[in-house]
Amino acid sequence: MPIVLLLGAGSDMAVAIARRFAAAQYNVQLAGRQAAALQPLQQDLQIRYGITASVHTFDATAYDTHAAFYATLPEPPDVTVCAFGYLGDQEQAQQNWTETARILDTNFTGAVSILNVVANAYEARKAGTIVGISSVAGERGRQSNYIYGSAKAGFTAYLSGLRNRLFRSGVHVVSVLPGFVNTAMTQHLTLPPLLTAQPELVANAVFKAVQRKKNVLFVKWPWKYIMLIIKLIPEFIFKKLKL
Amino acid sequence: MQKRLANWGNYPAIISEESAYTQEEQLRSFVVAHHGFIARGNGRCYGDASLGKHTLSMLKYDKVLSFDTVAGVLETQAGVTLDKILDIIVPKGWFLPVTPGTKFITVGGAVASDVHGKNHHMEGAFSGHITEMDVITGDGLTITCSPVAHADLYWATCGGMGLTGVITRVKFGLKKIETAYIKQKQIKARNLEEVIRLFDEYKHYTYSMAWIDCLQKGDSFGRSILIVGEHATKADLNAKQGQAPLQLPAKPRLTVPFNLPSFILNTFTVKAFNWLYYGKNFKKEINNVVPYEPFFYPLDAILHWNRGYGKAGFIQYQFVLPLEQKEGLVAILRRISDKGWGSFLAVLKVFGRQDSLISFPMEGYTLALDFPVRKGLFAFLDELDEIVLQYGGRLYLSKDARMKQEVFWKSYPNAGRFAEIVNTYNPGKRFESLQSERLLLTK
Repeated sequence: MPIVLLLGAGSDMAVAIARRFAAAQYNVQLAGRQAAALQPLQQDLQIRYGITASVHTFDATAYDTHAAFYATLPEPPDVTVCAFGYLGDQEQAQQNWTETARILDTNFTGAVSILNVVANAYEARKAGTIVGISSVAGERGRQSNYIYGSAKAGFTAYLSGLRNRLFRSGVHVVSVLPGFVNTAMTQHLTLPPLLTAQPELVANAVFKAVQRKKNVLFVKWPWKYIMLIIKLIPEFIFKKLKL
Repeated sequence: MQKRLANWGNYPAIISEESAYTQEEQLRSFVVAHHGFIARGNGRCYGDASLGKHTLSMLKYDKVLSFDTVAGVLETQAGVTLDKILDIIVPKGWFLPVTPGTKFITVGGAVASDVHGKNHHMEGAFSGHITEMDVITGDGLTITCSPVAHADLYWATCGGMGLTGVITRVKFGLKKIETAYIKQKQIKARNLEEVIRLFDEYKHYTYSMAWIDCLQKGDSFGRSILIVGEHATKADLNAKQGQAPLQLPAKPRLTVPFNLPSFILNTFTVKAFNWLYYGKNFKKEINNVVPYEPFFYPLDAILHWNRGYGKAGFIQYQFVLPLEQKEGLVAILRRISDKGWGSFLAVLKVFGRQDSLISFPMEGYTLALDFPVRKGLFAFLDELDEIVLQYGGRLYLSKDARMKQEVFWKSYPNAGRFAEIVNTYNPGKRFESLQSERLLLTK
């Protein structure tokens, strides 16, 4: 049976993705900061789908542990999904370097650190798929969340470069730009229903994107055009907007 | 997140702040930090029991924790819905010990409403099958309770509409089955007299209920179709069904995509529907073997059927009367038939005995029917409440959205004891719903 590794398995999106792959008879490796908190999900996946699930301790910002983390997985995964992220608080981050650093470290540096390890392993094996959950916020910096946005912009650029590098090795990279998703991360926000996806919808789209080797995935189609328009607005106008 | 929330009856609809968590620790911290909120499952109770200005959605707390396929014991977090459970247990030869008429409810909701099914007269309500459960009470602690440990909390939580705390984990026993099919018998009854006689004649069947046409008068007053059933054995199946006895055949699903204008449901259409429904059974008795889904969940096949009642919503009125109060049933049915406001669906069932603190079922007749919300409806239902009270009956809190508080306090004999336990575990209205405020259940 193929294996999927979920980095940041505690997030709502990761839970949905884990279930989607498990339903397709993938064995699942769940990795997160608190492995114990992942045990209910581990049981759930095994009972519902009759697959094998395991839990592993993984801290996105403990960079020096990443190589060992990957090397000690019981089996190398066929698909790696990088699903951790930290939205943070823009206003707080502007005043407080610790918050800014946490946003950058989690969303960018941590992701790059672990995916470097995974990419080298997949390149050597000449097989594997990497899925990076980035964000539409990375498409253009806006005053309301440009610190998170710039970290995700970096991550999106990283994924694009990685895809380019690994193409010749037969390793595929999917960049996911989900738009609004109804998760714990956005619980305090009131989101427009038509532009907001449920985690299950994201999971389904991710699963299909992996199967069809899609490069860049916008989960709800309007986002593709919304971001296109936002990117086309000339900077001298854009800087005056309240976005 | 601010959200417009309504339960299945679409009445009342309110704006509520909704929170949701996936970890027990987060739930406990939430409980300690908030006041005046209520846990909510899949919103399939009909009225205002799981509505409040702040709701704690349990739908993300939905992990299946253990499944003993030998002994038939399942342990889940409270937010798992019964349809997901059936997908897991039926292929392994197990079934829910008790199921209501929809499978789109959560396990936590099944406990909080202490749901009953077509087998109540034989196998009791959901609470009778629970081994143990966890409840986060007002002080933010998780208490494991059962009929033998913290029994007061246990009994006040079964049927307690979420007022003792947040139900987080439930362990319950399942029922062994050989097939995913039901051997059913449908019998036409010309009137109420006959259907009541038939209920008695077929009371040894595990499952029984009747569709009753509330709009008939004269000799046909209470015209019904009694449906009884047993889990089919492998020997009952035909060759095709026998190939995969624990699998359901695939079938398409219908949905009502938007609220229908309310004029669609009037006396004429309801009569026509009832006539067609009754008329489709030409023979006096039909015997067949059907998948469990249409037997237990006929309406689940039409997703969002509640939209058929229009934007104003509807009240599902469900009461129970003691067994010896048959005249009460006649009196209420007569009022409904005279008024002509009746519904598509009236379900009649005979409950068995149940010892509980605050659960709805008692030995007797229960009738459930829908009334689209309209001018004058609440006054009419108040009149029906009077008759229910007069005959020693009561109303189902899971369906209720409008009962006056004195009706509740007069009709539930253990109301005082229940409120006492609620206030022990839930001091200062930490857990509070529109219903608990209306019925003055919390202090």
